[in-house]
Parts: sequence; C-alpha cells; structure tokens
Amino acid sequence: MVAGPDRLNVVFGVRSATVALAATGAAVVLGLSALALGDFPMTLPEVMGVLTGRTDGFARTVVLEWRLPRAVAAALFGAALAVAGGVFQTLTRNPLASPDIIGLANGSFTGMLVALLVLGGGWPLLMTGSLVGGLAAAVAIYLLAYRDGLQGFRFIVVGIGVSAMLASANTWMLLRVELETALFASAWGAGTLNGVTGATAVPAGACVLLLLACVPWLTPALRQMDLGDDSARATGVRVDRVRLAAIAVAVALVSVVTAVAGPIAFISLAAPQIARRLARSPGIPLGVSGAVGAALLLGSDLVAQHAVPLTVPVGVVTVVLGGGYLVWLLVHEARKRP
Amino acid sequence: MPPVHPPVGSEAGPVPRSRPARLAGAAALLGAAVLLSLLVGANLLPVSTVVDTLAGGGTDESRFVVWEQRVPRTVAGLAVGAALGVAGALIQAFTRNPLADPGILGVNAGAAFFVAVGITFLGVTSPLGYVWLACAGALVLTVVVYGVGSAGGDAAGPARLTVTGVAIGAVLSGLTTGLTLTHPDAFDRMRGWSAGSLLERGFDIVLPVLPLLVVGLAVAVAVAPGLNSVALGTDVARAQGVDVGRVRLAVLAAVTLLAGGATAIAGPIVFVGLMVPHLVRWTLGTDQRAIVLGSLVVAPTLVVQSDVLGRIAVLPSEMPVGVVTAFVGAPVLIALVRRSGASGL
Repeated sequence: MVAGPDRLNVVFGVRSATVALAATGAAVVLGLSALALGDFPMTLPEVMGVLTGRTDGFARTVVLEWRLPRAVAAALFGAALAVAGGVFQTLTRNPLASPDIIGLANGSFTGMLVALLVLGGGWPLLMTGSLVGGLAAAVAIYLLAYRDGLQGFRFIVVGIGVSAMLASANTWMLLRVELETALFASAWGAGTLNGVTGATAVPAGACVLLLLACVPWLTPALRQMDLGDDSARATGVRVDRVRLAAIAVAVALVSVVTAVAGPIAFISLAAPQIARRLARSPGIPLGVSGAVGAALLLGSDLVAQHAVPLTVPVGVVTVVLGGGYLVWLLVHEARKRP
Repeated sequence: MPPVHPPVGSEAGPVPRSRPARLAGAAALLGAAVLLSLLVGANLLPVSTVVDTLAGGGTDESRFVVWEQRVPRTVAGLAVGAALGVAGALIQAFTRNPLADPGILGVNAGAAFFVAVGITFLGVTSPLGYVWLACAGALVLTVVVYGVGSAGGDAAGPARLTVTGVAIGAVLSGLTTGLTLTHPDAFDRMRGWSAGSLLERGFDIVLPVLPLLVVGLAVAVAVAPGLNSVALGTDVARAQGVDVGRVRLAVLAAVTLLAGGATAIAGPIVFVGLMVPHLVRWTLGTDQRAIVLGSLVVAPTLVVQSDVLGRIAVLPSEMPVGVVTAFVGAPVLIALVRRSGASGL
C-alpha cells in the first residue's frame, strides 16, 4: 500500500467503527429475538411494549424475569470473552493464545468437578468452585512463570503445562463417576447459559462492565507493545506493569463468565480473529472484537435454545458457528486475494 | 493472516557440545523404560522369569502375561510415542509456531468425530473398528484443512493452515460434543476412548497401523533437512533451491500418517507431541534433523514410562496413559521453560 500512516489510520478507523456498529446492530437484533422467542412466543411490538413499560402482567414476567437476564448475560459474556481473547492474542502475538489454552477453562472445570463430586453440588457451590478453580489456576501459572518479570511466551508455555495437567485430572474424574453425573458435568463443561437467572446475571454483568471499562485505558500501551517491548519502552510505556494489568483484567473477565456459565469455548479465540479480518486492521481491534463476541454468543444461544431438536449447551454451538464462520472467512479472504 | 512471530526474546538455543552423548543418554533411558514396561504390572514378574519367557521358556502364565499383554502393549507405546513426538517436531518447525501440536491440523478432532459417528449411527463397538474410523477421520480432515487452507489457488502457507486447522477442528469437536451429549451410550464409550489408553492394545490393533507409521517416519526423516531451510523463511529456502511446496506437502502427509496412526491405536493423546520437541530443542539445539531424531527417542520414553506408571498408580484399577503423560511431562516442561527461557524454532 502506498498511503501514508495517517491516511491508513483513518481508513482503518472508519472501517473498524463501521464493523463495530454493524456487529452491535446484529447483537441488538439477536437480543430482541431472544426476548421474543420461546414457549410463549411474542411479537416485536409486544416485546417493545414490555421494555418501555407499557405492557404489564404475564408478558412482563416472561420478558423481564425469564428472558432478559439470559439475553443480557449472553451479550455481556460474549463481549467479555472476546475482549479477553483479544488481549491475550495481542500480548503474545499468537492467534492460538486464547485463555482456554492457558488453563483457566480447565481450572474452572476442575473446581466445578471437585465441588460437584466431592462437596456435593448446588449452583452456588458449583459457581464458587469454578471461580476458585479458575483463579487458582491463574495464580499458579503466574507464580510458576514469574522470573525477573513476566514474559509472554513463558507464561503461555507454563499455562499449557498446567492446563494439560488439569485437563487430565478432569478426564480422570469424569471416567470414575456414574454416567449420569458425567453427562451433567460435561454439559456444564461445554459451557451453558441454562443456569443464568437475574440473581446471577446482575452481579456478574456488573463485574464484566467494570472490567471492560478498564480496557480503553490499556489499549494505547498495548498498541505500542505490539511493535516490540523495546520500542514501547522508548515511547515511555511501562511494559511490565501494562502486561500484568492486561493479563489481570483478561483473566478476571474470563473467570467471572466461567463461574456463571461454564467454560464457553472458542469465542475468545475466534471473535478477535473474525474482528481483525472484518475490520482489515493490522492488529486486533478490541472494541470490534467485543461487539463480534456479543453477537456471536447471542446468536449461538438462540440456536442452542430453539434451533436444534434437543437442547445442547451453548458452548457446542459457539464452537460450530464461530469455527464455521472463521472457515468461511478464510476461504472468502483467499478468493478475494489478487 | 497475521504473521505467527517467533516468541519475543527467543534466540537460537544453546549449541550443545555433546549431542551424541546426550542422544546416547536418551536412548539408555528408553531402554530402561522398555525393560520396566516388561517387568511391571498388576502382577510383578521377577526379572529372571521375564528373561526366561522372552528367550522361549517360562510357564503358561508368564508366557501369557509377557507375550500376550506386555510385549504388544510396549510395542504400542513405542509406536505411539515415536509417532506423536516426530509429528510434533515436524508441525512446530513447519508452522514456526511453538504452540502447535500434531492435533492442530484437526487430526484428533477428525478421528474423534468419525469414531463418535461410528459409535452413534453405525453401531461400531470394537477397538479394531475404532482404528479404521480414526484413520479415515484423520485423513479426511487433513485433506479438507489443506483444501480450505489453499483455497483461491494460492499454496497454503503455514499460518493460514494453522488457523484453518484450529477452526475446522473446533467445529468438529463441537459436533462431537453435541452428538455424545445427546447419545449417552456413545458418550460412555467415547469417554473411555478419548482419554487415550494402551490397555489391551494387542498386535491385532497395532500391526495393521504400523505400516502407516513406518511410512510417516520415513517421510519425516527425509523431509527434516528441507525443514532447516524452510525455517529460515520461504524466500531463503527458495534461494537455496528447496522446493517449498513439496516440503509442505510431505510434512502434511507425514503428520497425518503419524498423528492419525497414533490416535487410531491409543485414542487422542494430546500433550506428548507438543512438549517433547521443546524438551529436545533445549537439550540438542535447533537443527531439525537432531530434533526429529531426539523426539523419536524421547517421546516413546515418555509414553512407555507414563504407561508403566499408570498401571501401578491407582491399583487395582489402571490410569489411562493419556492422563498420566500430562502429569509426568508438564512439570518437566515448566521446569525447563523456567530454566532456559523461551525455546526458539
């Protein structure tokens, strides 16, 4: 390309904003559909009536108490996973470096399995187990990887090691329990929004919003670090602090989501890659990633609830939809290449 | 495609002064692992009995234990380990991505999906049936990934192939999960298979797959020198007269045969192919020929030793080898990455 850097930035900026807007629009449409669809189907005007406070009664209960928490959770959780994945991929400059890979998901699953199999279950206990498991895995990886500062690649390799051990422990536990228990645990382990209610969605959603609000503070420094640690230092970025803060925010985002919904697969890996391709940006656009992630999880949950004969965990659908779309993009991208 | 950069701060690993000595040490460890695998089990045979039985003597019972159980199982462990280690070395050099493992091309996901479909819809229940399903799945998946990765006429570059493999593999693993969660019987069979085990992998299962592995290993050895050039970048390799397209195709063929064959024998064992090449790079340096050779020796050691450990760890039952490899290998990997920093490619 011949355009100067400023011109390029503007072009990428406009395109990113357009894509982000389109993805947000898609998320809103999908969210409204989620409010309308179900055993008690409603029309869009009916849904709007409830949302604007003009309709009362049963419709109000259905929309506000049953469907809204789940839809809002899907949007926020999707954005959270996507942004966390984008941060990890930017820090390590590796498209494979999703939080799933560094052990958080497996740690959460281990914690949940221990809560279910040893301590006896119940949703609050399972959520606590998952949160403790995921965070313990993150702390263990951090401590094991720390040596004169935290280096991205070492962090990932240690994460893979810890992750593999946890996955083995999970496999082992699932092999030793009764089929029914293993099936229930596996469905949760694939990631599901079935357990989401207002009581869990509100605190989790608030945490996610708070964490997402931290991301714009980190973005400029992350952009600098994308050019290499040394050049970032030269422009006054405190590299180690930024890296630690970014990892902490990303880990917290994933942990909150996983505690409520289980390890929902593939969004943190696919959404940033999809966003990058749609926005045609050189780095990973975090805002666009968030919007794509929200649309992806909302759409996947609609499919999981209504489009397949048996209810499947939403994580199964995110993998199929997100993966399928990524494959399509790859083919499309290749065709358009001169 | 984003360039898949080599890790920050990585440089060519230490150039070892004593490569032959280290290889010999690794070979000695492998010998010890094989010996242990013949000796240790649910009932411990004395060394003299095992030696006697191997030489053609022994009692009926010792002949059964040694020849019917431990020898085939050890051979299976050696074959699976060698295949996974070499496949891992190839795929990491090829994609220039230290996080790549043989499953990255969707090989494991394809094998698992075909096995799940076979169990759910075709009523396949025998381990030998799984073997052919797994092989077919691995093969089909690699062809599809390569086809999608090189769509548009351009030869598939490593970074593109990586993302394509991850994406298609993920789609299939999602379908597998959906399929098994809605079919409890298939779920029950799959959770045994997908843990990765060498239990009762007799010669009837190992022998049909062995030719695939031998061909895969031969291709791997042949292509290793070319990988050294490709590792310097496509342009450099072309300037050195290396046919990059042919090297890529050979690598894909070898990885499919090796990872597919190993998965057919033992089920998906995910960690070995990822970690062993790192371990070898840290001890033998970055020459791809040394890495392939080293992985050929070190990976079977890890698998056979893990299998031995799995037999006695939770008596009276057994722990599948795929569960043990991570617990044996991961601490080593972590210790190494702490000690020597990043491992360049």
